[in-house]
Amino acid sequence: MTALLEVDRLSKHFGGVRAVDGCTFSVEEGTITALIGPNGSGKTTAFNLITGYLKPDSGAVRFGGHSVKNQDPARLYRLGLSRTFQQARIFPDLSVEENLVIAAGCSWRGLFGARRTRGDRLRALAMLEEFRLAGLADLAAGELSYGQRKLLEFAAVLMSRPRLVLLDEPTAGVNAVMINTMEHHIRARHKEGVTFLIVEHDMQLVMRLCDPVIVLDRGATIAMGAPAEVQVNPLVLDAYLGG
Amino acid sequence: MRGAGLLTAAVFFGALTLLPFAVGAQWLLNMLIFTLMYASLASAWNLVGGYAGYPSLGHAAFFGVGAYAIAILFEDSVGDGYLPFFLLPLIGVGAAVVSVPIGWIAMRTRADVFAIVTITLLFITQTLAFNLRDVTGGAQGKSVGVAPFPVDTYGRPFYYAMLALLGLAMSASFYVRHSKIGLSLLAVRADEDKAHGVGVRVTAVKLIAFAASAGITAMVGGVWAYYVGFIYPQFAVDPLLTIGMVLMTFLGGRATLWGPVVGAFILVPAQQSFAYQLGASQVYLLAYAAIFLIIMLFLPRGILPTITDRLYRQGKHGEGSRAKAAGSSDEVTRDALRIAER
Repeated sequence: MTALLEVDRLSKHFGGVRAVDGCTFSVEEGTITALIGPNGSGKTTAFNLITGYLKPDSGAVRFGGHSVKNQDPARLYRLGLSRTFQQARIFPDLSVEENLVIAAGCSWRGLFGARRTRGDRLRALAMLEEFRLAGLADLAAGELSYGQRKLLEFAAVLMSRPRLVLLDEPTAGVNAVMINTMEHHIRARHKEGVTFLIVEHDMQLVMRLCDPVIVLDRGATIAMGAPAEVQVNPLVLDAYLGG
Repeated sequence: MRGAGLLTAAVFFGALTLLPFAVGAQWLLNMLIFTLMYASLASAWNLVGGYAGYPSLGHAAFFGVGAYAIAILFEDSVGDGYLPFFLLPLIGVGAAVVSVPIGWIAMRTRADVFAIVTITLLFITQTLAFNLRDVTGGAQGKSVGVAPFPVDTYGRPFYYAMLALLGLAMSASFYVRHSKIGLSLLAVRADEDKAHGVGVRVTAVKLIAFAASAGITAMVGGVWAYYVGFIYPQFAVDPLLTIGMVLMTFLGGRATLWGPVVGAFILVPAQQSFAYQLGASQVYLLAYAAIFLIIMLFLPRGILPTITDRLYRQGKHGEGSRAKAAGSSDEVTRDALRIAER
């Protein structure tokens, strides 16, 4: 069985900095895979390369068996590859509900139709209820708190019924209650068959939520395995603690 | 809320339809024609500059294309006088088609770079108008056949043509606001990369807005050329036209239905009265600029969004004015979003 996402010797440099340098790993369908590493190890750049926001210098990415080199983010999104950003990116002038409607996508004909159809609203409302944001549906998204924005962005990228969701630090900068909420939603969606690849610095969360764990250092994969194995891997300890 | 908006529009267009019968003075009708012209231009510009957030400075190029199209087609004779008006839709569609490849290239850039690329388009078009002498008459200008309308009411057909174009521009604006195209454009304006990343058909919606905007602008240019009767490159493709559209939209409120119209109805009469009072000495331009600066200082988001905000905040205490606030200006702020139900 081939993996849902295969990253093969991916490289990207900015000037003299090799942000991602021969990075190779794969994400199996049905897992919650973590991508960890010290600051500057290339996690976010890897995300940008996988989702088409950046073009790699070399290497290949395959998603669901298709090569996704030089694909644009919109097509990958429609193929079922969603992501969130480290700093939650929502549309502040649109309402909370419209943030979901826009992320749900629409046909060419739908583009010329109403801003929010009845169907759009029902689907958005169902998602908002799942995320307990239904009371805020008509509020401008810009008025949400930081944690709520993260939840909203997560809920929005689920609207397209993705197969794989890449979460970039879903719990960074949010309070403990919100971390539990986020974990709850990830687990709930995982049960429904969504695969996750998560960049996260909260190691307690990674250790209890994710399996396997992939470790990046200086743009390359240095370890991959169950949380317990990775935790005691000398290469990993060296990357985090050593110079 | 929709009913209130419809009523406002009906009263507005009804009053404007009857206005020529109440206005006897030629100079006043002339000013009204230019006010409607700028209101249409600003509303058309708003599709690209407001909703999509792409500040085009090149729209005068499309205005010029429409103007020269009319001048070339009707150099000698205009038939019964109404034929040019009936051909306008073709000119609009033609300009819209021509604008698609231009927009496709220009809209690969963003923000300030886009502004520079489009202003280049303006000067290229003006240079072409100066130099393609066989077609445009170059610097000597080009005349349009004189319409056989009665002298007393000569301006009226042009007035109604401009009014119809304003109706068209505002309908386009209204449609965009209430369709997925508008929702997509607002997402593009807020964060284009993110919008692209959640599958929004970014290029398509930008080009639809650009083409519609260019087409309407060209039609307005056509009516203008027919009205003034003689056109020169420096006036048909005039940077001041572009600046007018931008100022009026900013003044009234970007990405709103009524903002560009409000802006035009304030600035055009103000400009004309300054020009009249302060004479030909260009001093009037200073007064014009001063008004704009003052309003931008106190109402940076434009008149309508600021007013709606205030009304909404009052409405929080005394219920009831919320509906009024939304109905009267119908614009994209958090307030309207809360209320916007249909």
